[in-house]
Amino acid sequence: MSDSARKDTAEQAEFRQHCRDWLKDNHPGEPPVRLPLSPLEIMSQEQLSYLQAWQKAAYDAGLVGCDYPVEVGGAGRDDCQRVANEEMIRARTPFMPNVIGLGMAAPTVFYHGQDELKQRLLPRLFSGEDIWCQGFSEPGAGSDLASVQTFAEKKGDKWVINGHKVWTSLAHFAEWMILLLRTDKSHKYDGLSYFVVPIRSALGKGVTVRPLIKITGETGFNEVIFEDLEVDDSFRLDELGRGWQVAMTTLAHERGAGEKVTPRSGGLKSKTTHATNASNLIELAKSSTRNGGSAADDPLVRDGIMRQMIRETALAANQRRARVPALQDHPGRLPLQNKLLSSEIAQETGALALEIAGARASLYLGDDNAPAGGQWPMAYMNSYGMTIAAGTSEVQRNILGERVLGMPKSK
Amino acid sequence: MAQPNNFGFGEEAALLKESARKFFAEHFPTEKLHAMVADDPNPERMSSAAWEESLWQQMVELGWTCLAVPESAGGLGIPLVAVAGLAEELGRAAFPCPLLPTLNATYVLAACGESATSALGEIAEGESATLAITDSDGNWSSDCTGVSCEDGKLNGTAWFVQDARKVSRLLVSARSADGVGLYWVNADAAGVSIQPDAIVDLTRDQAHVTFEGVSAEQVGADGVAALDAAMPAIWTILAADISGAAEWQLQTTVEYVSTRQQFDHALGFFQAVKHPLVDVMIMTDETRSLVYNAACAFDTEPERAAQYAHMAKASASETAAYASGRSVQCHGGIGFTWECYVHLYFKRQKHSQMLFGDAAWHRAQLADILIGAVA
Repeated sequence: MSDSARKDTAEQAEFRQHCRDWLKDNHPGEPPVRLPLSPLEIMSQEQLSYLQAWQKAAYDAGLVGCDYPVEVGGAGRDDCQRVANEEMIRARTPFMPNVIGLGMAAPTVFYHGQDELKQRLLPRLFSGEDIWCQGFSEPGAGSDLASVQTFAEKKGDKWVINGHKVWTSLAHFAEWMILLLRTDKSHKYDGLSYFVVPIRSALGKGVTVRPLIKITGETGFNEVIFEDLEVDDSFRLDELGRGWQVAMTTLAHERGAGEKVTPRSGGLKSKTTHATNASNLIELAKSSTRNGGSAADDPLVRDGIMRQMIRETALAANQRRARVPALQDHPGRLPLQNKLLSSEIAQETGALALEIAGARASLYLGDDNAPAGGQWPMAYMNSYGMTIAAGTSEVQRNILGERVLGMPKSK
Repeated sequence: MAQPNNFGFGEEAALLKESARKFFAEHFPTEKLHAMVADDPNPERMSSAAWEESLWQQMVELGWTCLAVPESAGGLGIPLVAVAGLAEELGRAAFPCPLLPTLNATYVLAACGESATSALGEIAEGESATLAITDSDGNWSSDCTGVSCEDGKLNGTAWFVQDARKVSRLLVSARSADGVGLYWVNADAAGVSIQPDAIVDLTRDQAHVTFEGVSAEQVGADGVAALDAAMPAIWTILAADISGAAEWQLQTTVEYVSTRQQFDHALGFFQAVKHPLVDVMIMTDETRSLVYNAACAFDTEPERAAQYAHMAKASASETAAYASGRSVQCHGGIGFTWECYVHLYFKRQKHSQMLFGDAAWHRAQLADILIGAVA
């Protein structure tokens, strides 16, 4: 019996067995398309369709959204999503494509939306039939998120939205967006409100989606322009002027520090995907040459790889310790470090990989001689997306310094 | 065998940690530590071995010194993960006493098998002990010793013996024709001379101990095997001590930068001060998580114990260095003075950083495990 199984409640134990039985017969098998490293890099309709079919099947079997009430499309279980996640990851399933929907939109709509809206939106979000995207950042509002300028003006019983959102992953596939905007220009924080708005059905009718190309050359995220998009007041979440508070629910979940456990699966790799964690540096070093010998024998290379493996182990141990109340002083202290650490560790690992590969680090995806098919330079470049997105590392350090350590707020 | 999710840190462990924290907070505030060990700033003084023996006696009566002694030898035999919680609190208080040395000796004795039962019994009865296992270079390999044994007599010098002036027993590794064995010696036995080192750390004492024809009882025939088995526990509890001390450095410095005003703001307003202190927190947390991970491996997954303990001590040594540097720097001018308490922890941490192997040494050992030895 596994350790996690040993701690299960009766409900969790029964549910775990259900997950195992179902996964045994319903694993989707080898993907027919090259899978991207994460849902945020889905580029083609073929990739999306394959992943959507997987999410729908998992939802229909009760493995997605299971801790949400039945009325909103959940299964009304108690702390079972964690169990489903463990079993899906153990079974090396594909990841689910509706990552922003599951991780951020679902808890936000659930905690702040009206009942009718939840009942309408959440079932198709959980099933993956509706892909969601997030409209927070703007050209003039990055780390300083509360300075968003996208504006909704009340006209009769409708809102008319104008503005410009950037870095919107998955917008080119999205049916819906969670949208932070301004309804009052005279108050920075209290002038913010929060809506859900249709994207795909409004294309050409007030919504334009344009792809942005990343430094790696990949697409995957977009800019979204609103020109007189009309939406109903029932699409508003929470009270007018409470947008900042609602956004905090979204961000807490994005950083892994929210109330709801995000449905998560993954582990299945297609032939050309390549993991970029620190233990893979060992393989890279063994296949690289330095001063005429194996790079794996170079003391500095060895030291560098061990530093990364120690930090990766520490991050996993942090996540484990975060669930032992007697071993922490402040409830947000470990969860709020998660994103900062995982992104910086990945970046350092990528940088070290390039050093280990030496001259061959210059070879990219299109070169047959590139180590690991050129995935290391791509992973290293992509790591800057992680240290910048969802609050830069600098903003994360402000948050930790102020909310956890209680130091005075920096302007 | 896989590890339990909560590291095996259950209710008893939580109670022990909590009661240790209260004990030190109540009986040994930092003012008292400073008054006791920092009475003489003369840089050429002999190192302080000042300590409050009556509090140590209370710790013995609370059973803290026999926690790791197996039940079969009259101890409590509690898991390392609970002992690590106690060590963390000891580090937070920087309490001068031979608890860690006694625990270290206990883990080595426990790895010796039946031949060490009576020595363990003495620890269970309240005797304290320390390891005398390295030479003048401070080489921490298990087969390194500056002491030899011939016809049951020890000769030579053991270096870097921790809290030697506070203990009643010495556990000595010595080389004989049969290899490296372990010997149990009374600290006041004839022929034993304890020569204190003048060290930077004010919260511990250290000595080199010379043996001249000392009669000793062999408690372990295969000293290398016993030391190899016990070192993961020793690295782990020292790393726990470091993480507790680092937490004191963090909280004390955060409090200072939140009060002290310059340029019309509390220092912590400035990101050049705030962000490094967040990094101290991050490193302290990584070390602490690695400590419980390593302790749990020692308790439940012995084949991984060395690997995870190397990680914990490597991380702890880096944390000790960084937290110490930032604690003095962020205190500014006052942090550079004898009267400010941060130097006590700065010095303790610099001592701990190198003790039983620094970060680079532990990473090199870890690389031999994870990558394989250099061809």
